[in-house]
This record gives sequence, C-alpha cells and structure tokens, in this order.
Amino acid sequence: MATTALEVASAVRAGERSARAVVEEHLAVIGEREAEVHAFNLVMADEARERADAVDAAVAAGSDPGPLAGVPVALKDNMCTRGVPTTCSSRILAQWRPPYDATTVERLTAAGAVIIGKTNLDEFAMGSSTENSAFGPTKNPHDTSRVPGGSSGGSAAAVAAGFAPLALGSDTGGSVRQPAALCGVVGVKPTYGAVSRYGLLAFASSLDQIGPFAHTVADAATLYEAIAGHDPRDSTSIPEPAAPVSSWLDDGVDGMRVGVISELSGGGIEGIASDVQARVRVAADALAAAGATVEETSVPSVIYGLTAYYLIAPAEASSNLARYDGVRYGLRVDGPNTEAMNVATRTAGFGDEVKRRIMLGTYALSAGYYDAYYGKAQRVRTLIIDDFAAAYEKYDVLLSPTSPTTAFELGAKVADPMTMYVNDVCTIPSNLAGHPAISVPYGVGDDGLPVGVQVLAPLMGDVTMFRVAAALERSLP
Amino acid sequence: MTDTAPVVEPTLPDGWELVVGLEVHCELSTATKLFCGCRNRFGDDPNTNVCPVCLGLPGSLPVLNGSAVDYAMRLGLALNCTVNPAVFARKNYFYPDMPKDYQVTQYDLPTSTDGHLELPDGTVVGIERAHIEEDTGKSTHVGGSGRIHDATHSLVDYNRAGIPLVEIVSRPDIRTVESARAYASELRAILTSIDVSDAKMEEGSMRVDANVSVRPIGSDELRTRCEVKNINSIRSLGRAIEYEANRHIDLYDSGQTPRQETRHWDEANGRSTSGRSKEDSEDYRYFPEPDLVPLDPTGAQVDAIAEAMPPLPSARRHALADAAGLEAGSVALVVERGQDELALAAISAGADGGIVIKHLENNLADGTGELTAESFAALAAMEADGRLSATQAKTVLTDLVASGGDPTSIAAAHGFEAMDTGELDAILDRLIADNPDEWGRFVDGDRKVQGFFVGQIMKATKGQADGKVVNMLMQQRAAG
Repeated sequence: MATTALEVASAVRAGERSARAVVEEHLAVIGEREAEVHAFNLVMADEARERADAVDAAVAAGSDPGPLAGVPVALKDNMCTRGVPTTCSSRILAQWRPPYDATTVERLTAAGAVIIGKTNLDEFAMGSSTENSAFGPTKNPHDTSRVPGGSSGGSAAAVAAGFAPLALGSDTGGSVRQPAALCGVVGVKPTYGAVSRYGLLAFASSLDQIGPFAHTVADAATLYEAIAGHDPRDSTSIPEPAAPVSSWLDDGVDGMRVGVISELSGGGIEGIASDVQARVRVAADALAAAGATVEETSVPSVIYGLTAYYLIAPAEASSNLARYDGVRYGLRVDGPNTEAMNVATRTAGFGDEVKRRIMLGTYALSAGYYDAYYGKAQRVRTLIIDDFAAAYEKYDVLLSPTSPTTAFELGAKVADPMTMYVNDVCTIPSNLAGHPAISVPYGVGDDGLPVGVQVLAPLMGDVTMFRVAAALERSLP
Repeated sequence: MTDTAPVVEPTLPDGWELVVGLEVHCELSTATKLFCGCRNRFGDDPNTNVCPVCLGLPGSLPVLNGSAVDYAMRLGLALNCTVNPAVFARKNYFYPDMPKDYQVTQYDLPTSTDGHLELPDGTVVGIERAHIEEDTGKSTHVGGSGRIHDATHSLVDYNRAGIPLVEIVSRPDIRTVESARAYASELRAILTSIDVSDAKMEEGSMRVDANVSVRPIGSDELRTRCEVKNINSIRSLGRAIEYEANRHIDLYDSGQTPRQETRHWDEANGRSTSGRSKEDSEDYRYFPEPDLVPLDPTGAQVDAIAEAMPPLPSARRHALADAAGLEAGSVALVVERGQDELALAAISAGADGGIVIKHLENNLADGTGELTAESFAALAAMEADGRLSATQAKTVLTDLVASGGDPTSIAAAHGFEAMDTGELDAILDRLIADNPDEWGRFVDGDRKVQGFFVGQIMKATKGQADGKVVNMLMQQRAAG
C-alpha cells in the first residue's frame, strides 16, 4: 500500500519530506496509469506544484500548514474550484470556470492539502458506474475491464490507483460508498449537514453529502475533520464544529450492540451476491470477536428505499438542473427564440441518463401526480427514518453490504437502467434518513475483486461509525 | 374654497357588479437581498449587485435574510393576519431573468394568512395570504414591440434578482373601481408607515395585478376571471379594471364567456391584450425548497414585532377623525401625508378640527415648515371667530410655514382686519343694482350665479372679505 495521508502530512509538517516531492511522486504515478484508468477530467499539475511550493514555504518559515500538509487530494469534478473548469462530466458545463471555491475546497486548502485534479463522475452524479460521463468511463484500477462504481468513480479509482492518498466525492444514494467498495478503499457518507454543500453542484439537495475516500479509516477521519463543521453559507449545515472522529478510532467495540440488516443481507432484497453476503458475515463475526454483541435485525422499510429514492432524487434534480438553460453560462446552442435556444442547449448538453431523470422528476412533481409519487415517496422516507429509529433503540450501529456485487464489467448494465439502479439498494436508505454510513474494504469476493462492508449509524453518529469502521479494519489480516 | 369635487365613479352597465381581487407584490426595503449579502438598491448600474447566489450559479446555496422575515411578519401583523410557521417552496418555470429557473417562494404554508385591510371609507377587504418570495431579474426586450415574443434580443439585469418580496393576495372582496384604487393607496400607506417598503409603483417596488370578473347584481357566483398585469400606477389600475370589466360584459352580452387568462395592460392604448392562457399555462411543480429549513418563529418573536408596531393608517384616521369631529374618510389625506400628529396637537390646543383639516388638505400639501400646533390653533381661532377671512388666514398661514411667529402680529403686519358687514352690504347693494337679472336668478334658486357675486365682492375688497360672511349676507337678502 502507498503511504497514508497521515504519514505524508506528518513528514511534510516535520520538514522531512517536501510537499513538492510528494506531488511529483503522485504525478509520476498518474503519468504511468491515468491513460488506462481515466480517473481525472483534469490533472492540475501546475496548480498542484505551485500549491505544494507554498506549503513547503510555510514549513520553511516555521508555520504549520495544517493536518493535511502537502497531501494530494483528488476532487470530484462537481465541486467548484475558482478559475478551474468544473464540469460535472457534462457537455453542458464543459467550458465553465466557477468564480468561487466550494467550502470544502477552501477547507482543504486551509488544512494544507494540495488539490491534484478534478475527477470523473457519472454526469451530474447520476449513475453507479461512471459510464455516464460525457468524457468517457473511468476503469477500475483492480481490473480495467470493470467499472469503478459511481458516481464518484474517478475519485475512488484515483485513490485505489495511488494517484492521491485522499479524494472527495459526493454521495446522494451511495455515490461515495459504492465506488469505494468496488475499488477497495474506504468511503464515507457523513451525516447530512455535517459537511457544507456550498459549491457542490446539486443533484438532489436533500440527499447530497460530500464525503472522503482514503486507504485507511484514520486517513478518512482526518479528511472528514478537515472538511466538516458548520458553514453559514449552507442553511442545512449542522451548527456544530466537526465531530472529533479521530479521537475514538482506537477505542474498540467491546460492549457495543451491532445489528446486521437482514433485508440487505440475503433476507429480503434479491440480488445480494453470496460472496458479498459471506464477507458481511465474516465482518460481523470479527466485531463479535472484538467484544460486540452482534444480531440479525429487521429494518423492514429499507426495501422501499430504492423506489422512494428514484422519485425524490429525480424530482429535486429536475429542478436543480433547470438552470442549465444556455442563458448565463455553459453551453449555448442558438435557436430562433429563447425557448428554442433552451431546448437545443439542453438537448445537446445533457446525456441520456440525465435526461431520463429530469423527465422522471418532472413527471413525479406534476400536478395530479405529486401526491401519488413525490408525496408518497416522502412518506416512505419518514417510514424509513422511523424504522431506523426503532433499530437504533436496540443497536449502536447496523451492518450491511455496501454494494450487492463486486465490480461488474464495463457496459454490462448500461442498457438496463433498472439493473443499474439496484446497485444502490444498500446505500440509499442512509441518504433518505440523512444518517452517516461508511464502506470499509473487507477482503475480496469469489472473483478476487474487493468487497465493501457498510457500517450504518444514527443521525450525528459519525464518531461511533468511524470507531466501528476502525475496529473492522483492524480485524483484517 | 374647497375643491373636493366628488370623484365620478365609473359605472358598469346596469345590472352588473364588479368582482375584483388584487395581488400586490412589494419589495421589502432591507439592506440586502433575500438569500445573499448583495445590496438591495434601485437604480444602480446593471449587474453590479450580484454574486454566485443571486445569479444562481451552480453550487450556490441560499441563506435566508432574517430582516426580510421580520419585515414580512410586521407586514402580516399590520394586515391583521395570523403569522404562521412557514415553508419555502420552489416554483419551477423557465424564464431568462430567473437565474435558477425556479423561484423560491412560499406555497401551501405561507408566513401570513387570513387578515383584512380597512379602507378609509370603512370598507373591509379580506387578505387571503401574504407570502415571502424572491424577485426575478429585470428583462428589457429589444426590437419588435418590446415584448419577448417578437424581440430581436433581450437584456437582463440581475440586480433585482433575489430582492425580497411579499406578495399580498386579497380576497375577491372589491366591488368598485374606487375601492380598488383605495385598496392600493391604503396598502401603500401601510407599507410606508411600517417602514418595510418604498412602495413606489413607478420604480416597481410595488406592483399590482388585478383579478377581474363581473357578475349580475344580486348573484354571489364567481365567474371566470382574468388577471391583468403591467399596471404601473393607481390611475392605471382604475382604468385597467374598468376596461376589463366592460370587456367581460360585452362578451356576456354577445353570448360569449371570457377565457381565463393573463392579460397585459397597455396604458398607451387604454386596453388589455391577451397574454398566456391559464388553460395551457405551465405546471409550476411546486415542492418544498430542500436548500432551506422551515421557518418557525417563536411566539416571543411575533409578540416583539407586534409591540414595536407603529400606529397604522386606519387607527390614525380614526383617532384624528374622532378628535376633529369628522368622518374617517375625510381625514385620509392628512394621515397619508403624515400630518396627523400636528393636526391632533392643534386640535388639542383648542383649534376647530374642520379648519385644521381644511388647511392641511388644501394649503399645506408641500409641508408644514415652521408651523407649530400653538400658532396653528391661534390662527384657526382667529378664522373661526371672523377676525380673519379664509383668504387672509391662508396668507398668514404661508408666513407661519415659512418663518413661524405669532399669527396676530403677522395679520396686523398685513393690515388684515375683518371688514364690517356694513361695508359689504353697500358693495352688495351696488352689485344687485348693476346686475338685476343675475340677482333675480339667484333669488329664484340658481346657485350657479352665487360664485359670480362672491367673485365680484372679493375683487372689490381685494380678497379681504370673508366668503362665509358674504354667503350669509346673500342668503339673508334673497330670503328677505
């Protein structure tokens, strides 16, 4: 395994390694494998070198650049970077350079991190394989005939391939956790509101949450602490400082109560592969061996999560993506009048999956259908929250697979959106509830490809979630 | 002489009644916009008060301006509304001057509901709701008629985008054109007196749309209405409603029914033209705005706003009317001009209410300058007991406004003293002798010639005569 972010930061802060050298090493790895993996929409080599030099200068001047000093971070290309193209892997934004930085970008910089590039994603984060990118798919570094998962596939692949020790993605229905699982890295979806969404190009506002990718739980925790905490520019941001998740990583699970969600582990939803189920059982046993009480438990309404999600997320997306109309920024395809220009721009600018979801969402919000679709989906959401609340009366955390299968072949599910959507069945309930969840790489499946185990925690339970994830990580050989 | 000629009420053809509800958008005069820190100011260079949030740039998020909410609650309370927990919603439609292609507004859970507004004549108009929303940018369509459909291109100024608005929706309680105008005036008076909006129709900080329908008198049905937009003054409001009502009546008379639609008032040509039809109108796909949290003001917050509320125009009218011994409607102008405090003080210093109101309405439109309640009361007393004629009083008043002082010495300095009636009798004798035909008509009850005699006497006395005394003398002669 490559050096961890914590090791890099510690060496840079101590003046033992230069940030510039760290950047060069990672740029060299990118040079070797990026053509094959295609993790990035843009490698920011010049900016990264400049930034690394500034970090080195700070160290030389005796000041501390921060907990991520000199650590290269790959940024999902749906977070605003001032003056640097931010595309959402969409033709409609191919030329757009934001005039401002996302809060997460500001906080990365404040922590001493070096943004090394903007990573590929399914267009507007809509997808589970990164094949919906207008700029071509990203490949899984473990097997380049396979997908890296999605939508943050570029960020997951960047960490897995050693292009950067850390990456940020966004998770609306599993878009951090599922690619983390498929690429064999740690992926976190914090409590909704823990990390500011200011500067994140919205897919589904009530579900979107930015989260870290890393090789280790401790690295992910450090990145989490750097980006989390109240941001007055996001009204849904929790008015609290970042939870001190790193402090508890070594405290173990002795005496904790762990529930394995039966509906997601072979006892409800079909399609959870047996090798994946087997790894979840191994993980459960490991936690039991570490002193936790582990039981199977039912969270009945999670089986409706997928359906509710595919109404709520497209509904919000249909509104969030309305602004890409050719009037102010991004692509414009001219037409004889404003409406024709809007239509021509959006027809040319959006890919099929984005169009499909805009249409689904527009329909779900339409007069006469709102109650039956959007309204009902919101009631399901409440039901899921209630079921989770009942489960968390008995358990500190819940356990499930992250993804139903290991990484699948490129192209295998492109033709059938429904098969693709099922990839998110285990991850979606946490988004609907606003709860935190983490995917920890936990061995491999029958095909030798990584399997992720998901630890779910209640609202604001990020500390406990990290603590259990760290224990799982320690239980690996 | 008063010039309160009765307003001629434009009448509908016999048997028809007007049914009007008004939707008024007013821009709140907060320092900054509704969801960002950009300056809220009219008249700045285009696109200078903008930022990622009010331009709706990808990734930007709204943060609610607490002052705007306070202003909106103050307005709700001033309109006798219930102030409720509220939820913002997105109203989705495409328009180039709307940066996000949705408008953040309140839909099923607005801040204020179920209020009413009392017009100066005592008519009460129900308020259905008053909700907070963001303004759009301002489009200027270049080429063609100046409207979007045949323009060659459009210019958009986003300075206005995101300015806080409250939309006040009345119930369809308005029955006359005059009431519609009075409603708009009264609302403007409330907005300015509670200091939440400039309420300038000419600058667009108050915009009035009229929902107009008609029905046979005696019916309580609500017939198809049309929403008339682009009304730029209170005068236009009256014209637009009258035009629209008559258009509906003409349609019914010829066996047709109006189509429910939005219509565009064309002030220059005095008519409305068809806009988009409500039948094929867009479905706005409202849903709760996920980027904002619900508004849940505490009882203490609402109470604090209610306690800090300045006296409202209707209460001020009633207070002044009671003190002056007049109808509330007849002191409306004085209250609207904010001169009620002076009037009340003068009356409590002993002035005759009628004289005080008369001078404020007719002679003090440009302000009261150095005039104090005491000197105003002293002047009114001189006028009331005949020491000064109305014309002389006006002259003294002008001096009091300009430089203050004592009305008795100002009157003396002008050489004003009321003429004795003997002198007036002599002038009147001469006039009657010189104009026997006119006098005969006056005696026969033709009041139109009264003005002729009064005018001649004023001319002969260089305005020193008291009109009231002259009238009295003429009545006595005619009766005797």
